[in-house]
This record gives sequence, C-alpha cells and structure tokens, in this order.
Amino acid sequence: MGLNRQQMSRRSFLQGSGMGAATTVILDAGLPDFLEEARAAEPDTVGPGAVPITLQVNGISYALSVTPATTLAEALRDALELTGTKIGCGRGACSACTVWLDSVPIASCMTLAVDVGVRKVTTIEGLAKGGDLHPVQSAFIAHDAMQCGFCTPGMVMSCAALLKENPRPTEEDVKAAISGHLCRCGTYPHVIAAVLDAARNGKS
Amino acid sequence: MAGETRMQKYPVGIASVSLGEIERRVSVDEAPPLPPNDKLKFIGKPVPRINGRAKVTGRATYTVDVKLPGMLHARLLRSPHPHARILSIDTKAAARRAGVRAIYVLDQVIGRAVEADPEPSQGRRVLYVGDPVAAVAAVTPQEADAALDLIKVDYQRLPFVIDIEDARKPDAPPVFAGPVQGTGFGDIRSLEQHGNVRGPNTSASRGNATAGFATAEVMVESEYRTQVQTHCCMETHAVVADWRKDGLTVHMSTQYTAGIRSQLARAFHLPLSRVRVVVDAMGGGFGSKSGVNNYVLAAVALSRNANAPVRLVLDRHEEQIDSGNRPATVQRIKVGARRDGTLTGVSIDTYGTAGVTTGAGVGNFAQAIYHCDNFAMAQSDVFVNAGPGCAMRAPGNVPGAFAYEQVIDELAEKLGLDALVLRERIDPSPVRRDERRLGAERFGWSRRRPPNSDKGPIKSGVGLAQSLWSANVNVNSACEVRILRDGSVEVRSSVQDIGTGIGTVLAQVVAEELGLKPNDITVRIGDTDFPAGPPSYGSITTASITPPARNAAYQVLRKLIETVGPSFGADPEALVARGGMIASPDGRHRIGFREAAAQLLVTQISAVASRSDDYGGFGRKFGEMAQARNSLGGVQFAEVTVDTETGRVRVERVVAVQDCGRPMNPLQIESQVQGGILQGISFALYEDRILDRHTGHMLNPNLEQYKILHVRETPSIEVHLLQNYQGESATDAYGIAEPANVATAPAIANAVYNAIGVRLRTLPMTPAAILAALGRVPKRS
Repeated sequence: MGLNRQQMSRRSFLQGSGMGAATTVILDAGLPDFLEEARAAEPDTVGPGAVPITLQVNGISYALSVTPATTLAEALRDALELTGTKIGCGRGACSACTVWLDSVPIASCMTLAVDVGVRKVTTIEGLAKGGDLHPVQSAFIAHDAMQCGFCTPGMVMSCAALLKENPRPTEEDVKAAISGHLCRCGTYPHVIAAVLDAARNGKS
Repeated sequence: MAGETRMQKYPVGIASVSLGEIERRVSVDEAPPLPPNDKLKFIGKPVPRINGRAKVTGRATYTVDVKLPGMLHARLLRSPHPHARILSIDTKAAARRAGVRAIYVLDQVIGRAVEADPEPSQGRRVLYVGDPVAAVAAVTPQEADAALDLIKVDYQRLPFVIDIEDARKPDAPPVFAGPVQGTGFGDIRSLEQHGNVRGPNTSASRGNATAGFATAEVMVESEYRTQVQTHCCMETHAVVADWRKDGLTVHMSTQYTAGIRSQLARAFHLPLSRVRVVVDAMGGGFGSKSGVNNYVLAAVALSRNANAPVRLVLDRHEEQIDSGNRPATVQRIKVGARRDGTLTGVSIDTYGTAGVTTGAGVGNFAQAIYHCDNFAMAQSDVFVNAGPGCAMRAPGNVPGAFAYEQVIDELAEKLGLDALVLRERIDPSPVRRDERRLGAERFGWSRRRPPNSDKGPIKSGVGLAQSLWSANVNVNSACEVRILRDGSVEVRSSVQDIGTGIGTVLAQVVAEELGLKPNDITVRIGDTDFPAGPPSYGSITTASITPPARNAAYQVLRKLIETVGPSFGADPEALVARGGMIASPDGRHRIGFREAAAQLLVTQISAVASRSDDYGGFGRKFGEMAQARNSLGGVQFAEVTVDTETGRVRVERVVAVQDCGRPMNPLQIESQVQGGILQGISFALYEDRILDRHTGHMLNPNLEQYKILHVRETPSIEVHLLQNYQGESATDAYGIAEPANVATAPAIANAVYNAIGVRLRTLPMTPAAILAALGRVPKRS
C-alpha cells in the first residue's frame, strides 16, 4: 500500500485507521496533512495561561488569546462576538453549535480553540454570500423550518454541508445529516421539506 | 365615542362545512367584521415569518447573546442534598478572590409551596438537590465558578423522600413542616394536608357518581401513570440584569415580559415605570419561562450590589434539575356506561407530584370533554424532595388525556363499539364531530383491524384520541399602531415571540387593515416600553393580542382618513384602505397611503387598543384572565409498529385535525401542530426524569440520557386545520400550541394496544415496558 502524503485525506485517514496494519503505514509515511499543519501551527504544549492563536473565520483572520480550555464555540461567541453559533448543551449532545472546519460540520462546543490550527472555520454568519442567502437558508424561511430558532443556525450548517457533499439528497440523507441535531420545537418535518426543496431549486 | 355600539354581522360556522351569520352588538371602536379567510389578502395566508432571515443568518439576538459594557457573569451555588438545614454560610474566602464583584445569599426563595404557618426560622431549609443557596458575580463565568468552590456551607442533613409512593406513607419524612398554601393556577383554597399528601381537591365534581355507577350496564376501571417530563428549551433559562439609579432593565428569556416587570417591581419595591423587561429572540419556553424565579432575583440583586450588569445563564444540568417540569401523575379512573355508550358515572381519583410545589392535577380534560352528569374528581398533590414542577404545554390535560382517552377506548371495546363510534355518541362538540369525520377519511380509519392482527414479530396498529383545551384570553393585552408621516407603520406591544411567530401575525393583521403588505409593517415587540401585551402561555397570545392590533390599526386609519379625506372631497366615513391606497368604495376618489400620510401635520399619529371581551361574552372570567365559551379541540390519528422482539415502538404516521377559531397563518400553525405532535410522541415513548431515590440526584440531567425525539423518530405528519368562525372578536382567532399536544400520547397508546393487544397504562412506553407488558421480561417494580 503505497501512501502518498499529498493524497492523504481526512476521510482516508479515518478509514485507514480502522484497519490494523494501516497505523504503521501512516507512521511510516508521516502525519497526514491536516495534523502536520496543525502541529506546525502550534507548540506542543500550551497553557495553563492564555495563549495566542489565529483563527480563520468566515474568510477573516483573527488573532486572539485564549486559555487552552476555551472551546471554539466560546471563542467564536465571546471573543469574536459571532453569537449566531449557539450553545445548547456544552457537551456535544444537541449540535446547536455546529460550524464547519474546512467543509466538515463539527460541534464547536467539543472542539478546543487551540486545536483548530489552520483549518478554516465557517459559521452561520459566513454562510450567506453578501446579501444572498444560501439556498438552504432561503428554503428554511419559505418552509418555516424554524420556530424558536435556537437550533436553526446549527441545523442550517449541517444541511448546507450536506448539499455541498450531495447536491441531490434523499429524505434519508437529510435525516442522516441532521440526526445529531435536537430541535425541541419539532421543526424536523419542515427542515426536511426545506432541504429537499433547496436541493431541487438551489445551486449550492 | 365610548359606550356607543352598533350591530354587525359576523361569519359563523366551519368554512368547509357550512357558514352562516351571527349578529353582534359591538362598540363603534371595533374594526368592522372580517370576511372568511378566502376573501382576505394576508390574514389566513402562509406569510413567511418576519424574523426568519434573522434566525437563519444567526443575527437574531437571544438573551444569551446580550452583552452589555462591564457585564459580570454570575453562577449559582446549589444544594447537593435533597433535604438539609443551612446552619451557616461563609462567603468570606469567595469574596476575597480576585475577580469576584458581588455575592448574594438566597435567604428567601420562591418557586415552592409556602407553609401557611411557617416555623420560627432556625436557618433556611433546602428542599431538593439543586435548590439554590448563593450566587456569585465575577468578571468571567470561570471566576464565578471558582468562587463558588470557596463558599463554605454547613448543612445539617435531614431525612428526605424522593419516591411518590414512599412519600404518601404516614411515616414518610415530611417535605414541609405543616400545611402549605396553594400556589398553582386556580388553587388557592386551603386543602386538607396529611404528611406529604395535600388534598383531595374535589371542586370539579358534579352530580353523584356512585348513583351513576348503580345505573351502569358496563363498568371500566383502570390505573394510569405518567412520568415527570422536563421542558428542555434549547436556550436555557437566561437573564441579564442591569440595575441603575434611574431604573432596572432586565433582558430575559421569558414568555411574559409584562408579567416579569410586575413581579420584579414588587420584589424590589420599584415603581412599574422604573422596570423594563426586554426579550428579542427567545429560545423556547413551553411553560417554564412564565415567571420570575430565584435565578432572576439573584441576578438582579447581584447587579444592584455590584453596580454593574450581571448575566446569569443556567447550564444544561441546572436546567434539567431546577427550571420546572411536568408533574408525574397516578390516575385511578372508573367509568360506568349504558349499552349504548351513554356515560352514567365517572370517577377520577388522582395524585401526582410537582416536587416541592403544588399543581400535579390532571386539568379539565375528563370533566369537560364528554357528556356525563355524574362526575367525581378527587385530586391530591404529593410532596417529594425534588425540583418544583410548573406549567408545561397543556398542563394537566396532557397526562389527563393520556389516561382518559385510553379508558374511553377500553369502554368502547367492552361495549363492542368502534372507538370512533363511541365518541360520536358521547362527545357534544360539533367541531370535533367534523374533525373526526375529516380525520377518519384522511387517515383511512375504516381499514382498522382487530387488536393483535399481525402474525409476525412486527405488529402494526392504529389509534385515535381527542383533544380539549380552553380557549383562553387575557384582556390585559394592549397594542399600539402608529402611522408616520413618511407612510411607514409601526405596531408596538410588549408581547413576546417565543417561536410561535406572533410578530408575523401582527404584521399580517395590521397590513390587512391598512391595505398594505406585511413587509411594510415594522413590528416592535418584546419590550415593556411598549403597551403591555399578553403572556405567551395558555395558548392565549393570538386570541389576546390580534384583536387589539386590528382595532388599533382601524382606529389610527380613521384618524388618517379624517385628516386627509376632506382634502380630496370624499366622505371620510366611506373611505377604505386597500392595495396601498385610500379610496372610496367605487374607486373614484383615491390617494396613495404614503401621500395621505404626507399630509399629516404631526410626525406620527397613533392609536392604542386593548382586548375587548368576546362579543358574545366569556364562559368564565377571573380578573384579567378569561375563557371563551367554546373550547379548542382536535382529533389525532396515529399508526404505529411495535417490534415485539425488541419492544421498540415506532410511530409511522399521524393525521391531526385541529381548530383555533380563524387560523391566522397556516404555515406557522402547521409548525405548531407538528411541534405539539412531536413533543407528544417524545412524552409517550422516550422522556423520563430519573431521580436516584437514595440521593435525590437526577441520573439523566442532560440531553443524551434524558431521551428526546430526534428526526429519526419523526413520523409522517398530516395537519388539517378547520376554519371555525364564531364572531367573537375583531379577528376571531384563538391559540393552537397546547391543543396540538394533548391527543398525541393517548392516540399512540391506543394504537399500541391495537397492534399488540396489550394496553400500556404507564409512560413512557419504552422497549423495556413493552417487553414487560408482553410478558417477555419480568416487570420492573
């Protein structure tokens, strides 16, 4: 199994790590890009006091100082005042805090700000291009896929990520994409309708 | 013009069945009758919510997003013991810590039943795990948390009781030293109290149930149990208090800005004019954010003491143990009937627990839904050392309907009648009759099979249940509409949008009246600087605030017309507003709305209206709260599959037919109904607050072990809305949130019975409960 570092993607790394022998291969080949870059961007040990980091958020580079315990969600909300990202549980159970790292939706309450490294963060504030809403956002409005709206930013981020990966999702695909999201108001039926509609009409 | 009236004809009846007219005498200040929805431009249309863009872009500001200059962060110290006396609290070390700005010890607490004859104070007793003890405000939440660790509390631990059955025993440790005063809705009478059992309250009884049973030809008797459900608002309880010399401003995630203002003014001895309560976007409430609670009092006191704004946001654990819950119930029900289904007698003997407070009743469902002259009701509260319950979406009626709608099915089976046929005979509501007919047709009820018809391990079944909820109105509901000289329009009320979309509905109503578009209307709500609006609970909001909004729009439009009408030679009385114009009915005289407004001599004109009584009078009125003569209903049909090997119940399909008077925004109403159904499924199958009876700690105080329905458990849902015109107000609109939540759990339970032939009388219907009911695993005690 010849392994070219340049071709090592996050997905193949994750798939590979599930196969016993692959671990050795990876060690032989060095770290995959994203870990290598993350390591290069940071010293090995940080804290316990505040440390300077740089976050790339919605295309803007921010220099800030955070304690190592600061989550990405806290850094976004408190330091950068990007309060569109919501914290519902603080422990990865509700997905209200979903943002993208590069284009992967993650729980920002379960991600330390110091671990983000060079990966690009996209939050709900960065999804619309100028005044143009993302098709998922427009479809959420048209289908009333929100009530109190507190879970909505996270839900929108996961649905928009789905359409990026899979422009023609089935209802099952949509359910899979939002299966970790908790909406107490019960907007799921309208969310599903909105995403399927966005896929039909949008050019995401 | 006060006191002047005129006769007006209003549409009445169900639009899809037959519409008639009813004549009402109304004040001349009332806007003229609205035609049915199909003749209107915006009312009754699926107008997208006005704050949709703010919500999907993350710009909507929730209380947790409020950040004021110099704002401190507060955290609460909570009791780790289910019952203890506080002998001493030492806050000196915490106060010395850098970053700490204020400490507040909660000597007096609210949110629990109050002893009628309090014991001489020997130090405060904490009554449940999580009972707040002290609060710290510091420059960061972390500093506040660290300071909490430095507060030394000397507790004398006292005997406690967690389990409802244990608490009923005569020798159980008493939660309260003596009898308590009631705190719940409509229950302020003193009741008997023995140990932890307060009651029974028999005030809902009528006739003679025993005599009724004597004439019965068939009897059914069963016991039902429902669990404690927590609200789980996605935005936890949150407040930012800003105490200043010239007054107090409180940003709060609340269902009732005007009510919070009154409560805070009383608590801190401030005039109403010096207290302002603000909420922009609000992350769910479901009953739990209706009033002031200890965390709010603590934040205000800390702000006063620290001379700085203080933010206090509960974390999810605190939210689960101390932000209210739906009380557990145990209901023993006996129904007697004649062979034709006529109910001859009903007795309902219930007890339940709302922890350290009252209010564990089963509502008015059984007493009001079916005809029966002989009805006996005895309800008791049982106190345990657990966090206080509070209102939760259709309080009382949700557990009440779960039991009663199954008993009615049990009776139907015993009588050899179809469940639908029996209800046809005993339900006096003409609205539900139409709902049953429409629902049965859409659902395919006629294809129903006998119980346990499937031979394989996965069995499917269908069931139905009905809903009942009072059509509530709060007449202390006011709204202002302003027309500005540039033609812009503002609607202002302190009413808050908890996610139901009332702001959008106000824009629709005002736009309809002024001949403008909803987008033309600036909606300013959620702030007590505006005329005091109604709460967002009791499904009260739309019924209470839309008539004043329309009347205020009508009145301010008359002012505009009186100003400009003469200038273009038209009779002001005859002018109407439509399509952005003010015109005579024949269209000969017309002027643009903007041009008309430009002729105003002042920058703005305004009218304020408050809620009139229903035109035909209310059914009941107590103070500012009233109930319409007709109640709200609904019928829900559910199809389930039950895996008899794993015990898993899956809801496949729900058909709901609901009514809410004149539907104002069918898109938002559909959202509400879907939400009511999904919360009902979640209540029926998954949710359960589990307390460790040996320690009083909640074992699942989070969102992963406290199970809630997610998208994978969401069935196909079909919602049908009746347009039920009654000619009762300027909009004739009523609420929907709660009636949509009442019928779901019993419809599922009846469907489960139809699938497996065994009746589940205890919630939640977990796989373990199903397997136990099927005799596949031993029952848990």
